[in-house]
Amino acid sequence: MNEAMLEVRGLTVHHGQLRAVDDVSFEVHRGEVLTMVGANGAGKSTLLRTVAGLHRQTSGTISFAGVDITKVAPQRRVRLGISLVPEGRRLFSSLTLEENLKVGAHGNTKGAFTIERIYELFDWMPARRRQRAWQFSGGEQQAIAIGRALVANPQLLLLDELSLGLAPIVIERIYALIPDIVEHGVGILLVEQDVALGVGVANRVHCLLEGKTSLVGAPDELTPQQIEHAYFGSELSHGATTSEGPA
Amino acid sequence: MTLSSTDADGLLRVRRSTQAPIYTIVGSMVLVVLLTVAPWVVPAEWSTVLMNFFILVTMATMWNLLAGYAGMVSIGQQAFVGLGAYATLYFAIKGVNPFFTIPLAALACAVIAYPVTFLLFRLRGGYFAVATWVVASTASLLIGINAYLGGGTGHILPNLPSLAPTSMQHLDYLATWGVALIVVTATYFLLRSRLGLVLASIRDNEVSARSAGTKVTSARRLVFLIAAAGCGAAGAVLAISQSYIQTGNEFNLQWSAEMLFVSMIGGLGTIEGPILGCIIFFALQQSLSQQGAWYLIIFGTVAVVIAIWQPQGLWGAFRDRFHVELLPVGHWVGERRSKGKSKTEE
Amino acid sequence: MIWVNVVVQGVLIGGFYALFACGLSLMFGVMRVINLAHGDIAVVAAYVAVFVTPHAHIPEVWAFLVVAPLFGLVGYVIQRTLIQKSIDRDPFTTLLVTFGLSVIIENLLLEIYSSNGQNVNIGELIVKSWHPQTIIYISYVSLVVLAASVLVLALLQLFLSKSGTGRLIRAVADDHEAAQLSGTNYRHIFGIAAAIAFATVALAGIAYGMMTEFAPTSGGVNLLFAFETVVIGGIGSLWGTLVGGIALGIAQQLGAHINPEYQVLFGNFLFLIVLAVRPQGLFGKKTALA
Repeated sequence: MNEAMLEVRGLTVHHGQLRAVDDVSFEVHRGEVLTMVGANGAGKSTLLRTVAGLHRQTSGTISFAGVDITKVAPQRRVRLGISLVPEGRRLFSSLTLEENLKVGAHGNTKGAFTIERIYELFDWMPARRRQRAWQFSGGEQQAIAIGRALVANPQLLLLDELSLGLAPIVIERIYALIPDIVEHGVGILLVEQDVALGVGVANRVHCLLEGKTSLVGAPDELTPQQIEHAYFGSELSHGATTSEGPA
Repeated sequence: MTLSSTDADGLLRVRRSTQAPIYTIVGSMVLVVLLTVAPWVVPAEWSTVLMNFFILVTMATMWNLLAGYAGMVSIGQQAFVGLGAYATLYFAIKGVNPFFTIPLAALACAVIAYPVTFLLFRLRGGYFAVATWVVASTASLLIGINAYLGGGTGHILPNLPSLAPTSMQHLDYLATWGVALIVVTATYFLLRSRLGLVLASIRDNEVSARSAGTKVTSARRLVFLIAAAGCGAAGAVLAISQSYIQTGNEFNLQWSAEMLFVSMIGGLGTIEGPILGCIIFFALQQSLSQQGAWYLIIFGTVAVVIAIWQPQGLWGAFRDRFHVELLPVGHWVGERRSKGKSKTEE
Repeated sequence: MIWVNVVVQGVLIGGFYALFACGLSLMFGVMRVINLAHGDIAVVAAYVAVFVTPHAHIPEVWAFLVVAPLFGLVGYVIQRTLIQKSIDRDPFTTLLVTFGLSVIIENLLLEIYSSNGQNVNIGELIVKSWHPQTIIYISYVSLVVLAASVLVLALLQLFLSKSGTGRLIRAVADDHEAAQLSGTNYRHIFGIAAAIAFATVALAGIAYGMMTEFAPTSGGVNLLFAFETVVIGGIGSLWGTLVGGIALGIAQQLGAHINPEYQVLFGNFLFLIVLAVRPQGLFGKKTALA
């Protein structure tokens, strides 16, 4: 349970001339949740998308289960066991709920998460499985998106800004799923703007500021002031000291 | 995110071109003089080639304005070439000297284009393009039914001044050259004006432009009208030089093909591009004149290859490599010292 | 009674227009590509049926059995190479490239086969017709083509809605990046869509050659009709395309009935009216046009 499943070393990613991710390194282990926090534009989504294969990095390496996947195409990374739930859900809007799940499962990777299992996790789904995806609410769409990623039976689940645009009660329900998923040995790399939410489910926290690592640690090791400083890059409250300041 | 290049400390300077404008001005004036006296100096066949060259330059510059600057790909500009030609015919039949109808034809085309934009602008991209073709087809058909203008068989252009053939050709030449010169010069100044900046901002990012308050649709409409007028003027001089007007000729899709290929090869989004493309086109056409449609096949293939592998076109590649601009319309942002200029978007 | 014939003729040609147009609609729906060479591909198929397949001892009337799959293959290859490269640049480039291809194809055909009209030889079938009433005239060829069109459209609709690959095509059409994240090679799916488009338009081209004379420039006018069909019927709906084709056919026959010169014009008018009043087409979704 302690060998690193995902190893990222010295990752630098550019968006045109802007350096979105600057020399970032981290690991994700089986059955653990690593949360990336940072302000809007800190580079978190870019980092996730690069791990998923949608962006080319400028330099650095990404290894998954010991294999260098730096040059592997996104759809093949899915086969290897990496699934991304993208920002904004990105469901197939003209397809039904069930068809969305079927597309997610078409790679036929065996595992605990079958479509039936998803229907158990979300008991409101079976009754509405023939409804088109665009007809569901934001929270429901988020659930479907997670389901779609899970039926590929990934070993590493990448979650991008789950809480965006959702009501608090809905967010609570979504986040309540995470322990269930992790129980199956899936590792989760979670990106969140909302620090409390992200830190709440995390085994470890990694903070990004303007693309660079500003703070790393387990939630119980870090004080709120440290996180605040690492998040904003400046002293908003007095009397805080940090282990690492922004570069 | 960190910016890779910094500009925070230096004082910025905005220039309009890469080299002193004196070269461009003197060079242009020499060229203008040469081209104006050409018909008296060169053999008659060259005059004819030059006239066709000017007509294509006019059309290509307009097409490029639409596509390269305003982002609207049209394969229906032949509608306005045709309408311009037929406007000339119409006024000539009414007794006006055809040479004086040229500005009238341009105006008529702009007037007709205005209501058309309200239909066309409901579409974007490829659908806009094919819709322009439908418009051209409709215009062609509507005129073709009209017996007064010659129907399908055509009509001779009346009321041409009675001059000796050589003098007539000289006059034709000057009219065609005049139209090309006016159109290219006007386009140049247009693009250097505020409208040019507006167009560049729309082309680069329409959503941002709209949210900054730019009247995107009005700008597009204006450009469409200008392009219609320019093509109308080209149609007018085309009619005068051919002196027999026929829908098949004037509304031919081939005009769009030529405008398009020439602009693609020369380089979209530059004024020099279409001109360079026309030079290559005519060189190719002259050398392959015996081989039927092959010049078009070769030209088309080159255009396709360039579109995929060198989308800046030949002039664009030359400009980027050697940092030369003959007719600059962009802005260069640089530091006050000469080292390390960073170019912004045009 | 005459008006009934107008409608009948419109329906007969409408089926053909829909067959011609469904590939155009598919390529736009899936990869947002307007293939301006679409009409010319149909014409090439007709030329292949008349001039090439006889060398393989296949009678022209059965050529479609071989030509359609062949064109499907060609479509896949062209999509994965040329068109994909254009898409990777921007939509602009794709338009320019497909237009360029169209001009190249037309002029190549002109050079090779001259501008003479050609026909796909179907023997005696061409003259057989059915006269349910003296005014109403249904040629067997048109009827067969209509039946074939409806069959192909129905099969295509079935494929898209029921099969796994069809589902992937629809998913890629909705969001090809999300499809990638679900493990789909979207470029391969684009290729399949193009293959279907090329195969169906090849069928349409051969059908065209059976019904009437074709020449190197026939592609252009048929592209126009296919495009009008798609816009009138609405983007994104195969049955909408069928209705659009029939509507266009009827409008054209109406025009032709008043004056043969008005045929294409009336079709253009219908297109322009739909554009003015209901731009998304009869069955289309509002956002589909950008």
